[in-house]
Amino acid sequence: MLEIKGLAASVVGKPILRGIDLVLPSGEVHAIMGPNGSGKSTLSYVLAGHGDYEVTAGTVTFEGADLLAMAPEERAAAGVFLAFQAPIELPGVGNANFLRTALNAVRRARGEAELDAVQFLRLAREQAKLLAMADDMLKRNVNVGFSGGEKKRNEVLQMAILRPRLAILDETDSGLDIDALKIVADGVNAQRRPEFSALVITHHQRLLERLVPDRVHVLAGGRIVRSGGPELARELEARGYAALTAEAA
Amino acid sequence: MSVQPATGAAGFLARYDGLRDRLPGDPAPRDAAARAFRTLGLPGAAAGRREEAWKYTSLRPLADAPFHAPLSTVGADAAGLLRLAPARLVFLDGRYRPDLSNQPDGATFASFADAPTFGTLARPERDPLVALNTMLAEDGARIEIPAGVDAGVVQLASLATEAQGRSTAFHPRHAIRLGAGARLTLLETATGAGAYLHNPVTEIVLDPGAVLHHVRLADEAAGAFHLATIYAELAEGAVYDGFTLVLGARVARSEFHVRLAGADARAAINAAQLLGGTQHADVTSVVRHDAPRGTSRQAVKNVLTGRSRGVFQGRIEVARDAQKTDGYQMSQALLLSDQAEIDTKPELEIFADDVKCSHGATVGALDPEQMFYLRSRGVPEAEARAMLVHAFLTDALEAVAHEPTRAALDAAVTGWWERAGA
Repeated sequence: MLEIKGLAASVVGKPILRGIDLVLPSGEVHAIMGPNGSGKSTLSYVLAGHGDYEVTAGTVTFEGADLLAMAPEERAAAGVFLAFQAPIELPGVGNANFLRTALNAVRRARGEAELDAVQFLRLAREQAKLLAMADDMLKRNVNVGFSGGEKKRNEVLQMAILRPRLAILDETDSGLDIDALKIVADGVNAQRRPEFSALVITHHQRLLERLVPDRVHVLAGGRIVRSGGPELARELEARGYAALTAEAA
Repeated sequence: MSVQPATGAAGFLARYDGLRDRLPGDPAPRDAAARAFRTLGLPGAAAGRREEAWKYTSLRPLADAPFHAPLSTVGADAAGLLRLAPARLVFLDGRYRPDLSNQPDGATFASFADAPTFGTLARPERDPLVALNTMLAEDGARIEIPAGVDAGVVQLASLATEAQGRSTAFHPRHAIRLGAGARLTLLETATGAGAYLHNPVTEIVLDPGAVLHHVRLADEAAGAFHLATIYAELAEGAVYDGFTLVLGARVARSEFHVRLAGADARAAINAAQLLGGTQHADVTSVVRHDAPRGTSRQAVKNVLTGRSRGVFQGRIEVARDAQKTDGYQMSQALLLSDQAEIDTKPELEIFADDVKCSHGATVGALDPEQMFYLRSRGVPEAEARAMLVHAFLTDALEAVAHEPTRAALDAAVTGWWERAGA
């Protein structure tokens, strides 16, 4: 469903991605690990369509379509979802209003009927409850005054409501305690179905114990330097990136 | 045969000379105002003259436009009238229309035409538009709320009708008085069609403990001049809570002179201006603290598109005796175009030593990270912009307690965005 070929990208003229090749089949969860500055977040922003990142080479095909030619909102409508590493605060925008606007925009683009306020609130409350989120988080402004953990849960809530076909989780586990980590991992696992796939960017093995990946890729210096099964994550945890990237080089 | 009227200050003075003996009330204050207006002229209209109070706003376009007096509003179309509250005082082209109005319970009302006395707060000798108003005022609303009475919500509606198919000028003179402990939400709406000058002067007296919520919606026609001057005097413990939303008019000015005369009074002068094209809108305020423990709050927000220009000049004066004054002033602007301009000038003049006064200003565009966040969730670009513009105004609009009014303001913002934005 997602096929990345020779992808290179720069930020303000500085090359960050230097030729990524990756195939993510439907129904699979792949993890991307790697040291700081290796290009993990850049990859996630490029896939979501952030304007600051310039694609200099390569292609990305999502369900047969040219993903790079699409505006961010078109990617969302097509089923791409990025859980932000640092979720953005929107003062003056209520969380429920934000979620409903997003859901209805996506449904409209997909030719589905919009949800009215009552239908939407029922769905949102149900999903928020599964994520052990307080009811008032729907009433508050988007991410304003949220703790780090609340922001991450709010990302997972958005994912649960938008039901994407491709979720990119950019360090959604960072800053979470063990209980929150479990809730987030369960939230992603609840999405797993044959037509859902996920790219999980993480530094830590502990998320991958709960959210078991089909494949693990190691990103270093803007390239994927190694790929393997879930055991690769454990090896990384034990030996560190330095040993692995040295071997690859 | 019709004669093109003289334009500018000379035109208004000629009109006064022709009309003087037929205007209601004592001619002495009008004559004095005419003398002042002859000296002051229209700000910005005479070459080489520059007044500090009119540093950013010139009325030259007004000086060049010919205006006729509204002759009669009989048969005028009131279709464009906003109806936001059951108690409603309606003025068409500046004339009171009892047939369209419902007088409020708990308040005494008279039209200026029937009770033509001028208040003591206005300063025609200093303020040229107030001189113009004093000279030519023909009608207006006089509302008094007896002590202890909560008069609920009263709408004061102005509609310019284009009934005569030519530009008209009207100068309503309003007087609002709340007795001790009285309460009122006064909702002023100004709408219309065509090119016209709406030049109201409002004098507000709040007795001890009175509370006035004063919401103003200035959504005038694109060719209009909206030049409003509001004077308010607050006795001990009185509250003036003002919010103005400006969307229309070619040139708009909302000028406030608020004096906290008694201790523990509170004043809020908040405003939002949404402008596009070549619109120009100015909020100018002078808040004078003359008694201890007064609080004043001013938050003015401008959303500017096209080549529009927003102005906020705010002055806080604290007299020697006004100890423990707490004054705050904030200007926030959202510039949605490279050619839009915001001018902000805060001034503090403080003679007391134990006060807390501050001001601040922010200017920015829409945050690209917020835009990307919304779009990454599927919200189309135009809708994302609309959400963020609305978000910028949220705290200002949410402060309006009266629900139908808040809904009307929300609708006005949405309507403006559909016309000017995207």
